[in-house]
Amino acid sequence: MFDIASAAVEGAIASGATYADARVIGRKIRDISVQNGDVQAISISEAIGVGVRALYGSSWGFQATDRLTLADAGRAGAQATAIARASTRVPGPPLVLADVPVHQDEFQTRYDEHPLEVSAEEQAGLLVESTRLMLEEPNVAIAIGQLGFWDVDSWLVSSQGHRIHQNLIHSGGGLQAMSIGDGETQVRTYPQSRVHYESAGYEAIRKWDYLAEAPRIAAESAALLTAAEMDECEKPLILDGSQLALQIHESVGHAIELDRILGWEAAFAGTSHLQLPELGRHRYGSDLMNITADATLPGALGSFGYDDEGTPAQSVPIVENGIWVGVLSGRDSASIAGLPPGGMVRADGYNRLPMVRMTNVGLLPGDSSLDQMIAATDDGILMSTNRSWSIDDRRLNFQFGCEIGWEIKNGERGRMLKNPTYTGITPRFWGTLDMLAGESERVFWGTPNCGKGQPVQVGRTGHPAMPARFAGVRMGVRG
Amino acid sequence: MTPESTAQRVLDLLPSGFDGEVIVAAGTSSLTRFANSFIHQNMSEVGTSVSLTSVWNGRVSASSGNVTPEGLESFVDRAVAATRIAPPNPDWPGLTPPTEIPSSIPVPDSTAEASPDDRARLVGEFVAAGEDMKAAGYCQTGTSTVVFANSAGHTVSGTTASAILDGIHQTPTSAGSGHAASRTFSDIDATAVGSLAADRARRGVSSIDLEPGEYEVVLAPEAVATLVLFLGFYGFNGKALNEGQSFVRVGDRQFDEAFELFDDGLDERSTKLRFDSEGTPKRRMPLITGGITANAVFDRREAAKAGTESTGHAVTFFGQNFGPLPTDLFVTPGTSAPADLIAGVERGLYVSTFNYVRILDPRTTVATGLTRNGTFLIENGEITTAVSDMRFTQSFAAAVGPGRVLGLGGDARFADSEFGPGIAHVPTARLAGWRFTGGAAG
Repeated sequence: MFDIASAAVEGAIASGATYADARVIGRKIRDISVQNGDVQAISISEAIGVGVRALYGSSWGFQATDRLTLADAGRAGAQATAIARASTRVPGPPLVLADVPVHQDEFQTRYDEHPLEVSAEEQAGLLVESTRLMLEEPNVAIAIGQLGFWDVDSWLVSSQGHRIHQNLIHSGGGLQAMSIGDGETQVRTYPQSRVHYESAGYEAIRKWDYLAEAPRIAAESAALLTAAEMDECEKPLILDGSQLALQIHESVGHAIELDRILGWEAAFAGTSHLQLPELGRHRYGSDLMNITADATLPGALGSFGYDDEGTPAQSVPIVENGIWVGVLSGRDSASIAGLPPGGMVRADGYNRLPMVRMTNVGLLPGDSSLDQMIAATDDGILMSTNRSWSIDDRRLNFQFGCEIGWEIKNGERGRMLKNPTYTGITPRFWGTLDMLAGESERVFWGTPNCGKGQPVQVGRTGHPAMPARFAGVRMGVRG
Repeated sequence: MTPESTAQRVLDLLPSGFDGEVIVAAGTSSLTRFANSFIHQNMSEVGTSVSLTSVWNGRVSASSGNVTPEGLESFVDRAVAATRIAPPNPDWPGLTPPTEIPSSIPVPDSTAEASPDDRARLVGEFVAAGEDMKAAGYCQTGTSTVVFANSAGHTVSGTTASAILDGIHQTPTSAGSGHAASRTFSDIDATAVGSLAADRARRGVSSIDLEPGEYEVVLAPEAVATLVLFLGFYGFNGKALNEGQSFVRVGDRQFDEAFELFDDGLDERSTKLRFDSEGTPKRRMPLITGGITANAVFDRREAAKAGTESTGHAVTFFGQNFGPLPTDLFVTPGTSAPADLIAGVERGLYVSTFNYVRILDPRTTVATGLTRNGTFLIENGEITTAVSDMRFTQSFAAAVGPGRVLGLGGDARFADSEFGPGIAHVPTARLAGWRFTGGAAG
């Protein structure tokens, strides 16, 4: 496939582009869903094509085609340059791409068991049995199981000499038990809200042991129907690791995207409350807050060998002892900001432009534990597993709902609470972080559905996280 | 190969004993994106996709991909292999029998022929409408030919066409939005869209923080579009109704008498196909008439469970977990000018757009989200000042419940929404109350 990508690049350069890169990307996906013991869907998707990006003056153009001949690829390259030329009708400031070392290399996700070599029958069977176990709880009306597997090959060629082949394997899934009561629904999921993915093979499914956990989430969803409603209050809040992963994704991960900070996403995804002159000075949170964007973590969903511009995967400090120190960037955005390129530019398939995306944005561990946090809290709330999320376009004002909560009284977990929510302002909230669990409770949570860009691209991001306590949080806001 | 011959070839390749339904879509989609008043991303794609649902002895699998003519045989072989090992699927509703479909509307020449230069020209006009401001947004054009065929002998085809200009103008302290969508590229008035966005941004330069609480509101079409889409997706969805997750009670007076909602995939303004992903024809479906809940929408699977027939609202196989969806929603407009709706408000808020709206409880349609790109205080019938973005927590069904709709504008158009553009054709609406639960400061 390198010859197809090379033809696309040559077509762009021959038409006047000063720089071009092209990606042939082939993606195989298997999705399985089961509801109440019945298979709803076994879906196989296979797509391959080439996308070429051309720089003409300071303007970009991009053309994608699924016709994989040398001639079609060359024409796509020429068309990318023509589109870039049209972009010069409304031109931007001069653009020089940040320098990166030119690599010719291969990368392969490490896995034990290729997920597409495990039969769909076996995979569906796991979900059929899991949903049947959930239905043994009489109040559970809807039991859902989902699995998904991705096998993605990409061949990158650039006019500067990049030539990189990667094969990324992702596996994930999850269970959901829904109990329906009088005028309300209550949901519990596992391993996290919706689904959890990893850069791994089928071993990533086996290790979560769906069959063992299905009865627990079923029982909890039923118990929530008769649980107490949460009162509006302001007190210490303990979040489990998966909810903290979502909190990181929404209130840190998106806010540190350099394209948002530069205004490139202003009309859709939004901007950021962060301003570049504050880099290195802005207090994002308490001293316990240390965050990295690390694309090298084995098994984490946002890991790879090279990003889609050919920049090697790396670990970039984002927040150090509560101070904002880093951003997510690519070659063009980093150059404009005068920062080193972070290698965080990804494309959702051959037919999408590469753009700044999260890698594995997560917390470095603290020295506490969930048990210690509960024991140290006289009057607080513990919340687990995201159910709803909303945050403003500057990633500042958020309101999140969780599936389940518990009162913490005098250092012990008390009664269950339904419909728990909390709200806050990003730096104020992170500033109240006062206890953080350690390495043994850290999980590389994986989110496969991060939407951004126009046309919308779905990103796959990782978020190392563990339980944490926040000293004073407004909770229980209702309509 | 043409899309028609590709679809037939796929069905011909299925072995004896297999049924199948195939969708072939061929088209072009182009999108020119701008920010900081210049074009920063500009893309186009051409391609053909094939989706096959194959059925054998009650076992079902779905396969899709962009397949070359030479690759069709192996594509079908893989689909057949997947079907043979799939567990039985008792919910499979069977194939759509041959059914007549209204012919599709021709693709307008201006949309089919829109070039990168044409899109750049519109972007330039939008940008120019906001002098000294920073503009951001996109201009998109797309056309496709779609063929549906199944082994029951049902074959239909249609075309889609869309042209969209959407953007904001920004000052250092404010932003305002504008939006236009049509089947016809030449209908888009970029200067008008840009001028509306610039006007909203200018009016918002100095904003105040407002105390949370319940306020009377005038919602611009973008905000109304999000409201009706949440009603449609979470309420009038036949799967949600079958599973007891919907607020909908057909025959009950659940809404204000003035609020009439219907779904009509046959409307000439629709940018979409006149059949659904199961090949069932679209139709006009009243959802709310005279304040009374009239119908929900169904695909074949959910219709069978409900003991009714499909209403032509199946979405793709991957979407069946979410159920059938109304995707051509229309609110019958009133006759008032938006300014007259504002004039009737003693103290309330004008909301241009909602943002990042998420459902908290589907049974009550309580959702939370924020205002964006132009929120203004109305006092004594006039807009007096801009308001910083506010968070709301509000039941959408209750917001348009009996006695709550105080007026509808005559300015209905396709509006952008939380779920995207081109789905809801709605006017400005004046509502008795909307619960804001937080200001920009928390």
